[in-house]
Amino acid sequence: MSAATMTAPRVKPGADEGRIGLRANLRHIGALVRRNALQIKQDPESMFDALLMPIVFILLFTYVFGGQIAGKGHQDAYVQHLVPGMMAMMGMNIAMAVGTGVNEDFRKGVMDRFRTMPIARSSVLIAKIVVEVGRMLVATAILLAMGFLLGLEIKGSMLEFAAAIVLSTVFGAALMWIFILLGLAMKTPQAVQGVAMLVLMPLQFGSSIFTPTTKMPGWLQDFTDVNPLSQLADAARALIDGHGAVAHPTLVTLAWAVAITAITMPLAVRKFRDKT
Amino acid sequence: MTRQTITTKGGNAVEVRGLVKHFGEVKAVDGVDLDVREGTVLGVLGPNGAGKTTLVRCLSTLLVPDAGSAFVAGFDVVRQPRALRRTIGLTGQYASVDEKLSGWENLYMIGRLLDLSRKDARRRADEMLERFSLTEAAKRPAAKYSGGMRRRLDLAASMIGRPAVLYLDEPTTGLDPRTRNEVWEEVQRMVREGATVLLTTQYMEEAEQLANELTVIDRGRVIAEGRVDELKAKVGGRTLQIRPSDPGELDRMVGAIAQAGLDGIAGATADHDGGVVNVPIISDEQLTAVVSLLGQRGFALAGISTHLPSLDEVFLAITGQKTSEATDAEEEVMDQQYAGVSA
Repeated sequence: MSAATMTAPRVKPGADEGRIGLRANLRHIGALVRRNALQIKQDPESMFDALLMPIVFILLFTYVFGGQIAGKGHQDAYVQHLVPGMMAMMGMNIAMAVGTGVNEDFRKGVMDRFRTMPIARSSVLIAKIVVEVGRMLVATAILLAMGFLLGLEIKGSMLEFAAAIVLSTVFGAALMWIFILLGLAMKTPQAVQGVAMLVLMPLQFGSSIFTPTTKMPGWLQDFTDVNPLSQLADAARALIDGHGAVAHPTLVTLAWAVAITAITMPLAVRKFRDKT
Repeated sequence: MTRQTITTKGGNAVEVRGLVKHFGEVKAVDGVDLDVREGTVLGVLGPNGAGKTTLVRCLSTLLVPDAGSAFVAGFDVVRQPRALRRTIGLTGQYASVDEKLSGWENLYMIGRLLDLSRKDARRRADEMLERFSLTEAAKRPAAKYSGGMRRRLDLAASMIGRPAVLYLDEPTTGLDPRTRNEVWEEVQRMVREGATVLLTTQYMEEAEQLANELTVIDRGRVIAEGRVDELKAKVGGRTLQIRPSDPGELDRMVGAIAQAGLDGIAGATADHDGGVVNVPIISDEQLTAVVSLLGQRGFALAGISTHLPSLDEVFLAITGQKTSEATDAEEEVMDQQYAGVSA
């Protein structure tokens, strides 16, 4: 046998016939969404974070910090501030779980099967996002229900209220790409969680989610001003309160969402495609 | 749906030339050539770390080779991965099914991913469960399946799209003998129905059961190839083991066989510890000749059996060396390669 080795030209995978059409792609995503949904059905505990986190956090913050911030007995005023902020936070927390989920998924042989099938490799990731957005909406619904129980009032129009939900969902979906990328890059789910927490904590607390930023030192205010979570919280707050600047924080939030998706989605898909 | 037809010159469903895949210092696949003729089974035999799995991963578009070329069903693994994926099925060492989903849901999902209509996907899932004797377990999550059931589900999943070429990467590693036989039967049935199979294995016995031709690889290189019977002849075929009723007759039996000078029989030895005589043979005729000779000479026999050479014996015969177990560094790279995949 000949030992001669020819050099294989490095052709970008995908530069060949058999592109997947849009309808086929949607069908594949549908089948994979069904897979993810069935997994949740099989393992209902995986919904605990989406179900319990909003309840625990809203109670904790309202009763531990609410009195300090809004004055004793004025917790309901704090709820009005907190809930729109927590809508931003919920997105981030659910998005973080996506990272560990993707990492765990990758430890299973079934990923090899998906990657040897004639489907767009992005469809596996997009299906994941679709299901996670569903989970995010469940968490938001529970958060809002708790908020109403504790005295939250919708002071703006229903349209503005809906816009607040859509905005926080869009931003949360964009964040998922970052965590998917992280989940594909790190070796273990524990490592993903560790790094994610490190990013998460400063972004959450260095923002207007829990308290107004006016009493923070100047350098921190500079940070909170560019922190997209502040912008999202401010936008959601203005939409729910029916007053305050809406356009600016909304545009900044959307700009962040678009930028994050535009940069991290192709990177994540590529990482997924090339992962050995 | 009919089985996909293959259009390659020379009737080769798989053609690999000079394929190379290195991981840093480790030459996992280091210039492999092989062909699998359409409708046949090629066994790729080699020890752990020989590069079998890396080879399969290159041929199934999971890895991009560093050099060389490989065509599967006429498609280039590097340039036409999408088209190629329409023609292959892969059953790996690790169950490639979703363990949280039931057997039926797994198969239905794969049918949908292969662009079957809902109705066809349902019908095909039922059909495959029936065929692989999993109908009763259809609704249970795959995580609750036994090892053999999971492997059967895995095979069923690979067969949904009626692939032109099927890769079986150590399909029976880690299975008990009974389950292993079940898997063999399934593979044999697929082959009867016309599948082209590339099978990797560590077991000579498995290769003999399933493969028409054999490629032996070690450290990423092909060290022998040919028809299974040719290779077997090369390594001395089988060992006939004869147990006399009276262990004291071992040496007399060896003497009688040597004296008779049967065609092609040489080197009968007595194993006093085991109480048996070992006779290397390469054909069934020789087996008959030896046994009838002993009968004529009036030896009372308590048992006879034949054994295939182990992988070690094959390697010893081909290379004059024992199998080279992968070094620690190589094992580590292999582990990293599958960091994403644990059983």
